[in-house]
Amino acid sequence: MQKDPSARIVNAKSWGDYFLLSIESPIIASSASPGQFIMVRVSSLDYPLLRRPLSIHARKQDTIEIFFQVSGLGTTLLSQKTAGDSLDILGPFGQGFSIERDFNDKDAALIGGGRGIAPLYFLAQELLGRGAGVVVFYGGKTQSDLPLIDKFQKSQFPVFCSTDDGSFGFHGFVTELFKTETEKKSFEFVYACGPEAMLKTTGQLCRQKDLQAEFSLESKMGCGFGVCWGCVTKINGKVGSEWQKTCEKGPVFPAENIVWPNEDK
Amino acid sequence: MIDLSVDLGFIRLKNPVIAASGTFGYGQEFAPFINLDDIGGFVVKGLYSQSRPGNPPPRLAETSSGLINAIGLPGIGKKRFVEEILPQLRKYNTALFVNVCGEEPEEFAAVVDYLNGFDGIAAYELNISCPNVKKEGLCPALCPEDTFSIVKLVKEASRRPVITKLSPNVTNIVEIALSAQDAGSDAVSLVNTFLAMAIDTKTKKPKIANIMGGLSGPAIKPIALRMVYQVARNVTIPVLGIGGIMSGLDAAEFLLAGAKAVEVGTANFIDPEATVKIIKQLEQYCLTQGVDKLEDLVGTVDVSF
Repeated sequence: MQKDPSARIVNAKSWGDYFLLSIESPIIASSASPGQFIMVRVSSLDYPLLRRPLSIHARKQDTIEIFFQVSGLGTTLLSQKTAGDSLDILGPFGQGFSIERDFNDKDAALIGGGRGIAPLYFLAQELLGRGAGVVVFYGGKTQSDLPLIDKFQKSQFPVFCSTDDGSFGFHGFVTELFKTETEKKSFEFVYACGPEAMLKTTGQLCRQKDLQAEFSLESKMGCGFGVCWGCVTKINGKVGSEWQKTCEKGPVFPAENIVWPNEDK
Repeated sequence: MIDLSVDLGFIRLKNPVIAASGTFGYGQEFAPFINLDDIGGFVVKGLYSQSRPGNPPPRLAETSSGLINAIGLPGIGKKRFVEEILPQLRKYNTALFVNVCGEEPEEFAAVVDYLNGFDGIAAYELNISCPNVKKEGLCPALCPEDTFSIVKLVKEASRRPVITKLSPNVTNIVEIALSAQDAGSDAVSLVNTFLAMAIDTKTKKPKIANIMGGLSGPAIKPIALRMVYQVARNVTIPVLGIGGIMSGLDAAEFLLAGAKAVEVGTANFIDPEATVKIIKQLEQYCLTQGVDKLEDLVGTVDVSF
């Protein structure tokens, strides 16, 4: 992990309230792995005060990409940055997805809901580079929540899309789409990122099918590098459940270890 | 060459910038970003006798130029600190302060008594002012008598200097500071966080599971500074100023108000290099003021108009 105060935005794209920034940062790009995140300073002033955690969406040589949805003041300010702007970033932080595994000639399923698709593109890139087969499931509320369809469809793996309102692809939840597919073929491993309800359902499906899975979780973070203790998630460990720092022990956790809110009461 | 060192009576710090407890982990987390030898000192995360899980999330809420937290002092406990962390920290050439906590006065004394047996600690900072461990911010630092008795008990147990960390959630902080001084405290550090609240208007729920939390960051700086000024004029022991310090000039304000040293907290989250930048900016401030000993600035606020 390092500080790169001289990172620079080299490209910016947007689709409604979704944004993609390409950031030139050789030191962070060279050490990043899928599922890790960066902490971005959105303002040089005191408000908003904290950095924002954003997962790394892609890597191309010296450049990393972040993909985000505007959801508040921080992301609004970040969305106003354009090519040529410098950006104060720290990273890469956290435990990413486990990619050094044997897929036994079977595919990996990558399931992303809404902005949760962000880390899965980098993951798909890396898995393909390692010769693993990848199938992507990409869901959103409506068609405008799937701005990365073209980008994924240009890649060399199948992409199944769903929308809650049926405006594009399968009409229903991405988890139903995934369930249908698991009945036709077997997957070796499942990676997912998205809303809590999507991850919970995915977790139940994986348990039923005896599939191993890892989920990347979103959390409000004060620092990103383990010193504020603010971003904890309840995780089942060897000696019962405990609060673990999402920034340090996550943001990617084995699905079966995550204790969802209200589940342990 | 500016002399940045400051004398706290029981120790001379190479410069007045100390990283505050709860914002600096156990120190080593910052080694990738700064040379820990460059800072005046650091205070490790609060230590109880036993390990603790802390509060349920959400634990943080960002507010205007501030941060509300209700972390609830999770930590590894005194034994694991001594076995796993302290040996790693002895290699650093900077003052190590241990923030000591307790559910009851006797626990503070027990933690201190245990730590007495191990080298490498410059002083203890008594955390009698965390607003997040009992209901509605209750803590010993709200009451002069509780402050006096706990400091006295710890001083009797301690073979090291004791800094008492004060709460701003009181009507008269000078009274509390004097109680700590009367009980033998070697210094006071102020302020801890301000009891605060934020509500999500969509869900109508507090933004923090603990309902209330402690506010820190630039939002509290003017109030903290006022309290440091009041306390520094009324006590004879050194005052360590804390509260929203983000820059060298912020730190300079606290020194001018009478603080011998400062603690930098929330700024560490936003910029892990904050402490070393603040030291450089303080040096620059001395140059512009034509001062070659930083200590000469302490308490020199000119209140004549």
